[in-house]
Amino acid sequence: MKAFRWQQYVIAFLITAAIFATAFLVSERLNQVKLDELQATRDEIAIDTLSTETQFSLLAESSCEDIGTPVLSQELNTLASRLSLAENNLGANDADVLRLKKYYSLLLIKDYLLAQEIGQKCGHEPVSILYFYSNEGDCPDCKKEGYVLTALRTTRPQLRVYAFDTNLDLSAINTLKAVLSLKNTLPAIVVDGKAYYGFQSEDALNALLPPPPPPKNATSTATSTATTSTSTET
Amino acid sequence: MPISEIIFFVILFVSLYLQVFFMVTFFENRTSLKVPPVKKNELKRYPATTIIVPCWNEEETLATTVNSLLALDYPEDKLHIFIIDDGSTDRTLEIAREFEKHPRISVFTKENGGKYTALNLGLSHVSTELVGCLDADSYVEKGALLEIAKIFENPEVKAVTPAIKISSPESIIQFIQKAEYNISVYLRKMFSLVNGVQVTPGPFSIFRKSVFDDLGGYRRAHNTEDMEMALRLHANHYRIENAHHAFVFTKGPRTFRALHKQRVRWVYGYLMNILDYRKLLFNPRYGNIGIVILPAGLFAIASAFYFMFIIAKNIINTISDKVLQIETVGWQLSFRFGHFDWFSISTQWEAFLSLFLILSTLFIAFLGKKMAEDSWKPSLDIVLFVLFYGYIAFAWISRAVYNTAWARGKESWR
Repeated sequence: MKAFRWQQYVIAFLITAAIFATAFLVSERLNQVKLDELQATRDEIAIDTLSTETQFSLLAESSCEDIGTPVLSQELNTLASRLSLAENNLGANDADVLRLKKYYSLLLIKDYLLAQEIGQKCGHEPVSILYFYSNEGDCPDCKKEGYVLTALRTTRPQLRVYAFDTNLDLSAINTLKAVLSLKNTLPAIVVDGKAYYGFQSEDALNALLPPPPPPKNATSTATSTATTSTSTET
Repeated sequence: MPISEIIFFVILFVSLYLQVFFMVTFFENRTSLKVPPVKKNELKRYPATTIIVPCWNEEETLATTVNSLLALDYPEDKLHIFIIDDGSTDRTLEIAREFEKHPRISVFTKENGGKYTALNLGLSHVSTELVGCLDADSYVEKGALLEIAKIFENPEVKAVTPAIKISSPESIIQFIQKAEYNISVYLRKMFSLVNGVQVTPGPFSIFRKSVFDDLGGYRRAHNTEDMEMALRLHANHYRIENAHHAFVFTKGPRTFRALHKQRVRWVYGYLMNILDYRKLLFNPRYGNIGIVILPAGLFAIASAFYFMFIIAKNIINTISDKVLQIETVGWQLSFRFGHFDWFSISTQWEAFLSLFLILSTLFIAFLGKKMAEDSWKPSLDIVLFVLFYGYIAFAWISRAVYNTAWARGKESWR
């Protein structure tokens, strides 16, 4: 029968500390694996983007059919979704997450510009929405707008929604805002070059957009709008 | 690190530390825990023992209780039974009188004054070496007293507590209590191994009569006289042991309402008695009861509030988000079958440690079942316990804390 032994306190402490250390190490390792996967996806998209840019440079010597659909691919969709999960898991202020999010935003801007230029030259104007939001509590309607854009994605699979976090401290986003002459009111939505401020309902946005094409054409570019759902709901 | 994360870290660390502390105790003593049950003729001597059965309106269970005492494997001339009727208004006294013809049984009756007064009336007539109590809603297994008497062979031991189990559970609430009581079989033993038994429960805790001669009888003690008595023993450096093969069955409250009432009384009494015996807290002179056991109880109560706050916050956030979504775009199915991304699984340290804590709690539930029922088999009671106990326990913990803060405990037998 034991009464009071300091050794028991120490042994229990050491075992508990070892369990905590193991949890920290495993967590660190798995988080690193996640970040590595995110970076790999990002790199793939960067290559895709560069490829399309190169194709675009060669446009004079190529037909529009050779260029095909612009880059916003399944990978970008996956990156957006995983970035959102990583934000939840690692925290929105995690340095690695922030870096990846900035890179992702740059890829979005590039894709937007490419899609515009290819559309103009090849004569198929992409249906797209630029969405500027904040999730730092200073935009009470941003969460609602995120739901609307996510819902739009399901009814308009060909719609491209480019969502930008205005708190990201990224000069390219600021420049884009300046180019579009945006005010600081959020949420801000740009359709066909025109800015709309404050909450826009699903009906209001549908009225701004051209009618959706028949369902048989609706599958090829289904990936684009997923970027919105994740970014805007965070 | 934000303050909420620091609090969470501390709570997880202390919770895990306590589980590890008792697990270390278990593995250190696993050989001694495997001793077989005591045989009938194994004891060197059989100390004369009186069992007091205090009762108030126990007409339904009294006969079972007394019959189980009469069936104990213990020399007949060494066992005396006192039935104390505390002013019952049903047929309790009548049933007690039917047992009076038995030479080993004495019946006393008095005006209703609370359980501790009934016990003290019994104590005033006791002349045996050992004396104990058995609540009239409980009954004992045949070998229980032998197991306890064996431990009293150590002259240092002043009191011995049994292993209490829930008898014939029927409702969900009783099944949850079954798992809880089985866990307490494990915990009581661990507490006794570190000299930290904090309650000498009403069902069949046995004392040396000299304890009452030295320290006085039972006190009202906020309607938890069994806890006060244990703390009083510790305050006087008396040793309390546990006989983990001495099985006693008790009928757990059938409904949530009845259980809530019982547990509010227990937790309120627990807190008030700790206040009364606060000199024990964090005082190395009193050993593990002051350093580990009582602080652990207080810590469990405080962390229950923290976890409930976090859970409630998450539930409210989820619901309000869903309501906002439905208001904005109507009902949207967010879950897609066949679509799973491992990124959605949290890989934060908090998640791993919480998982570890849940698994170790499950292990303890199975360990308790093994000790109480000699079986590792998964059972419904463990599932129900893991799923619901935390939530229902918070109901009585919060109420009891409120009562303690405003000193609003009520007189009640049960």
